[in-house]
Amino acid sequence: MANVAFRNVRKAFGPVEVLHGVDVDIEDGEFVVLVGPSGCGKSTLLRMLAGLENITAGDITIGNRVVNQVPPKDRDIAMVFQNYALYPHMTVFDNMAFSMKLAKAPKAVMESEVARAAKILGLEQLLQRYPRQLSGGQRQRVAMGRAIVRNPQVFLFDEPLSNLDAKLRVQMRAEIKELHQRLKVTTVYVTHDQIEAMTMADKIVVMNSGNVEQAGRPLELYDTPANLFVAGFIGSPAMNLIPGRVGSGGFEAAGGAVLPLPPGASAAAGTYGIRPEHFRLDPNGLQARVQLVEPTGSETQVFVRLADTLMSCAFRERITAGPGDIIGISPDLSLVHLFDSGTGQRLAA
Amino acid sequence: MSVTTAPAWRPARQEPGWLVRLFEYKPFLVFACLLPAVGLLMVFLTYPLGLGIFLAFTDTTIGRRGIWVGLENFQYLLEDPLWWNAVFYSVFYTAVATVGKFALGLWLALLLNNHMPFKSLLRAIILLPWIVPTVLSAIAFWWIYDPQFSIISFLLVDVLGWRTTNIDFLGSAWPARFSLIAANIWRGIPFVAISLLAGLQTISPSLYEAALLDGSSAWQRFRYITFPMLLPILAIVMTFSIIFTFTDFQLVYAITRGGPVNSTHLLATLAFQRGIPGGQLGEGAAIAVSMIPFLVFATLFSYFGLARRKWQQGEGND
Ligand SMILES: Nc1ncnc2c1ncn2[C@@H]1O[C@H](COP(=O)(O)OP(=O)(O)OP(=O)(O)O)[C@@H](O)[C@H]1O
Ligand SMILES: [Mg+2]
Repeated sequence: MANVAFRNVRKAFGPVEVLHGVDVDIEDGEFVVLVGPSGCGKSTLLRMLAGLENITAGDITIGNRVVNQVPPKDRDIAMVFQNYALYPHMTVFDNMAFSMKLAKAPKAVMESEVARAAKILGLEQLLQRYPRQLSGGQRQRVAMGRAIVRNPQVFLFDEPLSNLDAKLRVQMRAEIKELHQRLKVTTVYVTHDQIEAMTMADKIVVMNSGNVEQAGRPLELYDTPANLFVAGFIGSPAMNLIPGRVGSGGFEAAGGAVLPLPPGASAAAGTYGIRPEHFRLDPNGLQARVQLVEPTGSETQVFVRLADTLMSCAFRERITAGPGDIIGISPDLSLVHLFDSGTGQRLAA
Repeated sequence: MSVTTAPAWRPARQEPGWLVRLFEYKPFLVFACLLPAVGLLMVFLTYPLGLGIFLAFTDTTIGRRGIWVGLENFQYLLEDPLWWNAVFYSVFYTAVATVGKFALGLWLALLLNNHMPFKSLLRAIILLPWIVPTVLSAIAFWWIYDPQFSIISFLLVDVLGWRTTNIDFLGSAWPARFSLIAANIWRGIPFVAISLLAGLQTISPSLYEAALLDGSSAWQRFRYITFPMLLPILAIVMTFSIIFTFTDFQLVYAITRGGPVNSTHLLATLAFQRGIPGGQLGEGAAIAVSMIPFLVFATLFSYFGLARRKWQQGEGND
């Protein structure tokens, strides 16, 4: 086990720079999730840590040792690929034992190590099968087993669940999390699914087009997003981000609505952010016209129009109103986020 | 007021003619579609093959219809040292040339599978020996192996000064045999290299990355990933290559005509020699037929020995 650090890491493919100076610290035993939209450079960063891509500038350290020039096999890391990359011509046992076979480990050690990993992952019955005789979830587990037998310093996962159906994904998510709690190995996990990030991570690193937008604990990112990008990215359903300006009676949205401001709001605010779940029903509040009602069972999502401003709200209560009806809503002023009109940074309230 | 009722309009539905009905009748359609292919096969494949096999059991010569002699031709062949010679050289030629072609072809394919400048140009160049008509390349080799004007001798003697005399490539048995094998290897490499390259490109790069992280050396990646995954294609390409090499005719006939002193006769050239210039059609056909067991054996061997692997049997789920 080891800590990992990225120090001003840059990556260019030919003339195109895709990572513009990434700084991230990962503590020993931490579960870190890299999250961001497609093409933002998550996989590239992970592959640089694995040694599969060279580093254009900056330093990557594993256990306080700079590994820029260290070949992949000497970095003591194990990676689970998005397509699993199981060796199709080897049985599950051979797939898992391959690294030990290369290292010329004695047969007894190989068998006991594979048996240990197979027990953790529930693969005991499948050891003699070939990858093509396995389901997607089982392949996923074999890929993890192959990583576990290595006893690496760092686990890397590149979107390991993206090929699974929704139900299996939730199950495997829990299994990976549980595995981490049991083995306590430093883990870097890439995903573009922010729910996966929120539920699994000790620390989330939000990336956008080659930059780190914010890094922190999941609820920290949810409660105090550093900027507009993180605010819009973290949380589902997404935060309402309403452009406008601070006026005398409140926040004057571009669509014409006037929204109440928390006391002491900065006049520099250019965007008003409020999460759907931070509205509550209030007959004396803003009178908004219902556009669409989406009950999900546990809560009801309501899209409303206030003058020409569209907003989404989520209520725990059941809503009887239908499209066209007027309901009264009011935002929880302590949970309103204001963002600078120029930089998009969150203004401390 | 008169009410006119418009006649109810129906889409015209003609009864199909007998021709249409005939072609909609499936057995007939199958028969009609197969006819050209079957006809061509009958005329150009089955008939010559059948005639060849039939001739092998007769004592036909050119100009005289023979009579059925049973296995007499084959009995005669078993006592014929020239036939044994040709069997030996055919097997030797095939074995050595196949090993050479696959060693060099695989090496080339591995090289071309890397990223390198002018890759597509190189691939095109590699195909050249295969595109040139065999007889043309045979003539080129004839010159290369010429006792007086050989470019190899010229290089070794006049340019490098490593030898004092020209090499006599085709004048005696063993040099001639190896010279022909070299020509055959040169000609066979493109087929092997390009086919294996296609096979290499089906291997997912992430397997190599996984193996890299698992701590493999370059040789181990070849030994445990590339080679086993290439085996199925290798088996098919090798089957074809063995068949082509064993039945080779053009190169040998154009360069040595089986000489010197019949030492480089392959079964195919010997069969032709006996049958056409020699006129002994029955005997020539018997020699040709005697190749069949070797070919069947080689095919079965490479097919069952190499082709099917458990990991790829049956339907995959993806
Ligand atoms: N080998 C390469 N050559 C050139 N550009 C590349 C290469 N690999 C990645 N890129 C570019 O680098 C950027 C980041 O790619 P990367 O694969 O890291 O994205 P990602 O965040 O993993 O996205 P996704 O969620 O879709 O997997 C992309 O713009 C991509 O086009
Ligand atoms: Mg990716």
